[in-house]
Amino acid sequence: MRINTVEELDKLAKSLKEQKSAEIIIKTCAGTGCMSSDSAKILKNFEILLKHHGLDNKVSFQPTGCFGFCEQGPIVKVNDVFYVQVTPKDVNEIIQSHIIDGKPVERLLYRDKTTGEAVKSFDDIQFYKRQMRIALRNCGDINPESLEDYIARDGYKALAKSLAMSPQDVINEIKQSGLRGRGGAGFPTGVKWEIAANSAGKKKFVLCNADEGDPGAFMDRSILEGDPNSVIEAMAICAYSIGADEGVIYIRAEYPLAVHRLETAIKQATEAGLLGENIFGTNFSFKISLSLGAGAFVCGEETSLMNSVEGLRGEPRVKPPFPAENGLWQKPSNINNVETYANICPIILNGGAWFSKIGTEKSKGTKVFALAGKINNVGLVEVPMGTTLREVIFEIGEGIRNGKALKAVQTGGPSGGCIPAECLDMPIDYESLVSIGSMMGSGGMIVMDEDDCMVDVAKFYLDFTVDESCGKCTPCRIGNLRLKEILEKICAGNGEEKDLIKLKELGEIIKDTSLCGLGQTAPNPILSTMNYFMDEYEAHVKEKRCPAGKCKDLLQYKIDPTKCVGCTLCAKNCPTDAISGEVKVAHKIEQDKCIKCGTCIQKCRFEAISRG
Amino acid sequence: MNENDKQLAELDSYIDSFDTKKGKLIVSLHKAQDIYGYLSVDIQKHIAKRLGIPASKVYGVVTFYSFFNTTPKGKYSIDVCMGTACFVRGSADVLEEFKSQLKIDVGGTTEDGLFSLDSIRCVGACGLAPVVSVNGKVHGRVTRADVSKILDDYKSKEATA
Repeated sequence: MRINTVEELDKLAKSLKEQKSAEIIIKTCAGTGCMSSDSAKILKNFEILLKHHGLDNKVSFQPTGCFGFCEQGPIVKVNDVFYVQVTPKDVNEIIQSHIIDGKPVERLLYRDKTTGEAVKSFDDIQFYKRQMRIALRNCGDINPESLEDYIARDGYKALAKSLAMSPQDVINEIKQSGLRGRGGAGFPTGVKWEIAANSAGKKKFVLCNADEGDPGAFMDRSILEGDPNSVIEAMAICAYSIGADEGVIYIRAEYPLAVHRLETAIKQATEAGLLGENIFGTNFSFKISLSLGAGAFVCGEETSLMNSVEGLRGEPRVKPPFPAENGLWQKPSNINNVETYANICPIILNGGAWFSKIGTEKSKGTKVFALAGKINNVGLVEVPMGTTLREVIFEIGEGIRNGKALKAVQTGGPSGGCIPAECLDMPIDYESLVSIGSMMGSGGMIVMDEDDCMVDVAKFYLDFTVDESCGKCTPCRIGNLRLKEILEKICAGNGEEKDLIKLKELGEIIKDTSLCGLGQTAPNPILSTMNYFMDEYEAHVKEKRCPAGKCKDLLQYKIDPTKCVGCTLCAKNCPTDAISGEVKVAHKIEQDKCIKCGTCIQKCRFEAISRG
Repeated sequence: MNENDKQLAELDSYIDSFDTKKGKLIVSLHKAQDIYGYLSVDIQKHIAKRLGIPASKVYGVVTFYSFFNTTPKGKYSIDVCMGTACFVRGSADVLEEFKSQLKIDVGGTTEDGLFSLDSIRCVGACGLAPVVSVNGKVHGRVTRADVSKILDDYKSKEATA
C-alpha cells in the first residue's frame, strides 16, 4: 500500500472508518503491565476459540496499547463493554456469553468502589470520567502495529494539512496553542521550533527524547507502545516547519516492546510513502532512525542525549550554544519529548485556538500523569492543566490504599519534591508546582502514606542521583555524595543539629552551581521534604526516632508486659534469639541482639509488640 | 567454524555493514552484548580496533552506561525494580531477601552461575508493584515470602531440565 496524494489518504481513511464501525472488535491490552499478567495468552485464546466457534470472520480481535487502568489489568474491551482482571480462562465465557448469546459477562465487569455496582461502559467508570485524552487519544483504542488503524483515526491527516501550509504558519499554530514542553521544564514548543527554523544551515535534525528515566513514570512508554505513529507524524510536521530532513528517536533499551512497535511503525510508514522521499508528492522528504540508550538517567538531558546518539559518554555540554543552533553533529536540532509530540497532530487538526482554551492561563492543554504508589487506582491519567491534586488522587485515583492517610505526593521524580496533604487543592500547572517546591517533571506522581518516612524518601532519591550523576561537574559529583552521606548519618541515628543546616546550605549551592538539569534539581527532594516535614527530620536528629517506623537503626521493638501472655511464639521465631522469657510470663527483647526484622510483630497474636 | 569464530564473524559483519563508522560505538556494544551476553576486555579491544578508536574510549563508554556488563551474568538474571512506585511498596525488603537467600550482593552472580542479582529502575509495570523481573518475565506484587518460591521454581526447572 502506497499513499501518494492527500486524496488517496482521505479515501483510504473513509473506507477504513466504514469498515471498522460495522465490526465487533475485541480489544486486549498489550501494554507492558498487562503483558506481565498474561495478556499474550488471552490474545492467543481469542484467536483459537474464535476460530473454534467459527466466528473468526465475524469478530475481529486485536492487541492495543495501554488503557491506562493498570490496577485492573489485564483489560479486555468488547466494543464498549469494559472487562477487568481477565484471565486466559475467561476467554471462552466472553465468547460464549457476550458474543454468541449477547449477554455481557457480569462477573468480569468493573465494580464501582462506592456503590459496588457493575459498570458496563468505559465512560462511566470513575477512573475515566474526569479524564480528557488528547495525547493518549488512541492508546488502548487502536492496534499499535497497524498503520490502517491509525489512518482510520485521522492519522497523517495533520501532516497532509501541514504540508499545504507554510512552515511559518505551522509554527504559528503551535505558538498559538500555548503548548509547552512536557519533559519537565515547560519551554514553549512553538518558540523552540521557531528558533530552530531560523537557525542557519542546510542540514538540521529533529530529535525525540524517549529516554524516560524517571523511576515510577511510564507515560512516554505507553504512548510509544500504544500509538507510535502519533509521534512519528508529529516529528515529520516539526521537520517540515524547521527545514529538517532527518529524525532520531532516542529510546531506552529497557523498553523492548516500545522499540519493537516504533520499528514496526517506521517500517509501515516508510512503505506507505508517509516517510521517505517526496511525501504526498511534495518536495518534503523525511526519514527517522532509532538510537538505543544504554541506561543512563542523565541522557534525558538534551545535550547528554545528543552525545549519546553520537556514540559517546552521555555527558552534558555547556549551554549556550543551545541545540536549536548547535545540536546533534553540531547541526541545528529541535528536541522534544514523546508527550509533547503526541499533542501536535490534534493541534494542527483542531487549531491552536482550540488547544489554548484547555488548561490554565499559562499552562495549556492536558498533562499525562503516571499515578502510582499507595493509591487505589494505579494507572495513567490525562487531565486538563489546572485540575487539582485532590481530584486526581481522590476522584480518579479513588484514594489511598488500605484506608491509610495520605502524607505526601511526589511529583517530578528525582528532580521534584514532596507535596504535603495541605497543598492538595492547588491546581496543577507548571508555575504552581514550582511555587510549592516541586515541579511538573515528566509526569510521575507517586502517592505516599503515613508509613513512608520522608527522610528515607529523600535518601532514596539522593541514592538515585548520586548513582546517575555523570561526574563531569564537581558540585553534582561530590556535593550530592556529601548530601547522601549526611542523610545516611541521620537515618542511622547519628545526626546532629548542625547537619540540618549543612543539608540546606549545600543543597542550595549544588542547585546554583551544577552544569545541567540533573545537578541543578538533585537537592529538590531534600529541600522540599525539609520545608514541609521538618518535624520528621528533627525527630530523627534530636530524639533519634523515626516517626513512620521505616529507618531500621532508629527502631526499637518493645513488648508490652500488660498484653504479653507469655505464649513464647515470638521467642521461638526470633532468628537471633533476642527474645527471652518463661512460659506464661511476659517476654523481653534484648535490644543489642535485635535485628529489627519484624518477625515477632507478625507472629504475636495479642498485639503485645510495638515498634517505634 | 567453531562457536567463537561464528560469534566474532557475526559481530564483524554487523560493524562492516555501517556506511560510516562515526558514532557507531554504542550500537556496536549493544550488538556485542546481544551476542556474548557481556562485554569482556578482549571484545572491547576488538571493537576499538574495528572502529578505529582508542580502547580507553571504548572502556569509558562501557563503564558509563549501566546497561552494559563487563562480567557474565547468571543463567537467570533477577532484576528487582527499585523505581519509586516499587520502593514505596516495599521492594527494598524484597531485594534484601534475595540478597540473603542467594548470599550475593547486588551485581553479583551465585557460584553455580545460576542466578545473578541486580536492581533496576522502573520496568513500567507500576500497577503490579513491587515487581521482580527474571530474564524479562515479570513477577508482580512480590512479597518477602514469595522470594523463596520464585527461586525454587527456577531451581526445580533446572533440576528437571
